[in-house]
Amino acid sequence: MRIELVPRAEPKAWARALAPVAALVVSFAIAGLVIWGMGRSPVAAFQVYIVDPLMDPWSLREIAMKATPLVIIAIGLSYCFRANMWNIGAEGQFIVGAIFGSWLALATHGTDAGMWVLPLMMILAMIGGALYGAIPAFLRVRFGVNEILTSLFLVYVAQLLLDYLVRGRWRDPMGFNFPQSVVFDTAATLPAIAGMGRVHIGVIFALIAVIVTMIVLGRTLFGYRLRVSGDAPRAARFAGFSQARTIITVFCISGGLAGLAGIIEVSGVLRQVQPSISPGYGFTAIIVAFLGRLNPIGILIAGFIMALILIGGENAQILLRLPLDLALAFQGLVLLCVLSADALVSNRLRIVRARA
Amino acid sequence: MPASSPQKAAPGEKLVSLKGITKHYGNLVANDAIDFAIAPGEVHALLGENGAGKSTLVKILYGVIEPTDGEIFWEGKRVEINSPVDARNLGIGMVFQHFSLFDEMTVAENVAVALTDLSFNEVRKRLKQVSEGYGLPLDPDRHVWTLSAGERQRIEIVRCLLQNPKLIVLDEPTSVLTPQESEGLFETLEQLAGEGRAILYISHKLEEVRRLCRDATILRGGKVVATLDPRESSAREIAALMVGQEVGDVARTPKARGHDEMLQVQSLSMPARSIHERPLRDVDIAVAAGEIVGLAGIAGNGQSELFAAISGERLAEEPGAVVIDGVGVGLKGIDARRKLGGAFVPEERLGHAAVPGHGLGDNTVLSHHAVGGIVNSGFIAFDKARRLAARVVGDFDVRTPGTDALARKLSGGNLQKFVVGREIVRGPKLLVVDQPTWGVDAGAARVIRQALIDLAAQGAAVLVISQDLDELFAIADRMAVIHEGHVSRLRPTGEWTREAVGLEMMGVAPQDAH
Repeated sequence: MRIELVPRAEPKAWARALAPVAALVVSFAIAGLVIWGMGRSPVAAFQVYIVDPLMDPWSLREIAMKATPLVIIAIGLSYCFRANMWNIGAEGQFIVGAIFGSWLALATHGTDAGMWVLPLMMILAMIGGALYGAIPAFLRVRFGVNEILTSLFLVYVAQLLLDYLVRGRWRDPMGFNFPQSVVFDTAATLPAIAGMGRVHIGVIFALIAVIVTMIVLGRTLFGYRLRVSGDAPRAARFAGFSQARTIITVFCISGGLAGLAGIIEVSGVLRQVQPSISPGYGFTAIIVAFLGRLNPIGILIAGFIMALILIGGENAQILLRLPLDLALAFQGLVLLCVLSADALVSNRLRIVRARA
Repeated sequence: MPASSPQKAAPGEKLVSLKGITKHYGNLVANDAIDFAIAPGEVHALLGENGAGKSTLVKILYGVIEPTDGEIFWEGKRVEINSPVDARNLGIGMVFQHFSLFDEMTVAENVAVALTDLSFNEVRKRLKQVSEGYGLPLDPDRHVWTLSAGERQRIEIVRCLLQNPKLIVLDEPTSVLTPQESEGLFETLEQLAGEGRAILYISHKLEEVRRLCRDATILRGGKVVATLDPRESSAREIAALMVGQEVGDVARTPKARGHDEMLQVQSLSMPARSIHERPLRDVDIAVAAGEIVGLAGIAGNGQSELFAAISGERLAEEPGAVVIDGVGVGLKGIDARRKLGGAFVPEERLGHAAVPGHGLGDNTVLSHHAVGGIVNSGFIAFDKARRLAARVVGDFDVRTPGTDALARKLSGGNLQKFVVGREIVRGPKLLVVDQPTWGVDAGAARVIRQALIDLAAQGAAVLVISQDLDELFAIADRMAVIHEGHVSRLRPTGEWTREAVGLEMMGVAPQDAH
């Protein structure tokens, strides 16, 4: 006996729409089994992971803060993924963007530089991220090097560069030798939204990115170009779209947005440069992009869900003594279930009996 | 020495009978209660338009797909064919239209891959025996990528014969062959039938069916509409049964050839970028306003490369190599060439001329974004694109549920009408089309050919690259042949004979043939 995947002639539209929901339900069920196996109550865990954070205003704000970088990066990645370019290096582009922006914050530290510092930091961060994203794109276009590998490898280069800077030139001389920079001046700090606690205006940037991307992907020739390049490269050439230009552009957009997310995180949340500035946002954003089916609104929702799982995981660590790694494993589980659900929407399982 | 002949069955006994074969795909009925039988030694044609259900029926017989209903009897006994392995064990051999060969491997290696129970030397020996015994000359040590389509097909046939089948199924075997190669194939098939093997022959080409077969089953819309002797019926009658209506000939209006050269290709040479490409060698073509120029040739002789060079998907080395309406465009891309009045229809409908997963409206944008008023300051007017698609659908009789239907949901003929029509509605001054009716049913082919003739009559220059000689003889004013990346001299169609074209297609210059 063996099991085969048989393509469905006509995948149902409702099945396609419901697949991510079904994937979430199944991953909750599997996670529940694991937690039960660890001797804890799955019901209590569900309460702590999902229900409580949604009921508590403080947790909701933390979720919004965690969702912000995830959504901005995932929106950028959706440009790449739609064009069938596998940018796995958003984490590195995030870090390089943060380095570019922080450079200005540190260079103007202690001066009475005014309002212009923060916008300029953002622009520098986007340039930095875009340039860093352009490296795998260039290697791909010029030498045909696989962009998955180069973009991933460049993450480690970026991490070590940041580490070098924070332990070296950028270390706060008054910081008791801790590897961290000075705390940014107010002019270099992302302001909080009034009445929202720690929540900074980066959240608004995420919403703007979602709306602009909806318009770009849905209505413009550029969005069309990406879809054609991703779905049928030969048809893209027939349409007169240069593949090289498409590749470079999507990597620059993706890298630029990741860089923006980087400086938002540093200037809005950490307010100083540290050896590690991301708990893997650039990688989690890949899950967010796919869970949101590369659709801007979907990404917004998916970013919220992933942030919820992260915050829930932190709560569960405290309240249920469940390891934080469980939340990360859960995120991976969600991705697996989403991909499986997609496969089952377009294929059906057939069990082939052994021949008599 | 041919492989040992199968045992002769009792006279009159059928080798295989299909009873009430039905296949549903959701609401679509691909095969509707098909009854069909073939006796040993019989060469039986299976005729039908694209989408008539021929491929489905054959795949059921070969165990690739499972029928929804119906029974198969092999030598009078009921059988279940669950996989191609079952089919081969019964004695069914299949020669597919699209070859499944490894280009980088030799002929013998390709055959050995399929016959794992024999040693390589044994395979080589039997390969030689079979290929000599049946007039299918093959060098076992040649690499497949160096072979012509005809030679590749011989590998498939020999591979099939080494399994000593009682029933051989051939799917459109002559679509890639020269007339001379086809004739050779027919002789081999007759020899095989003489040994008592049954042959099921699937084709679009009525003339060769009449040449080869005494029995034919005609499918339309998944049903058997007739079983007849093709030699007793005229080609027009058979075609009418296939398409369900009388097939009209294309109507031509006599016209004087204009003198404005809309397209000039001058000393165009291009290196091959990979071993699978043909270099173009010193190609010269001129197409004037108002005329149709036909370019014949066997697949893989540089047609796609020439199409890419003329359309601008690949740039030449100097501007003057390709001239459209007097402007040297050799270094300009496809959109610049479209703006000069050029329109292009590539060979592959799905994935090249159209994005399979996009609707017809979206697919209109593909070739119109640079020229029509569909894009305004970077924004696409999708309503305009849909209206344009609706016009193409109406003007060219594209059968589709609507302009939002995905390209891949359309049958080959309907999608081809759409991609040709999409270019013609722009009113181009030059149309270059590669294999306009390849794998398309007779009804759609007629619509497309008529549209090309009408376009030329309105004063456009039309270049048709095609493997279908009947088509070129029917519509072209002047013709040339492409062989190994070189294009022969253009001559008026009336000066060509089929034999002369066939010889050029094989690279034999007419004076050498005597």
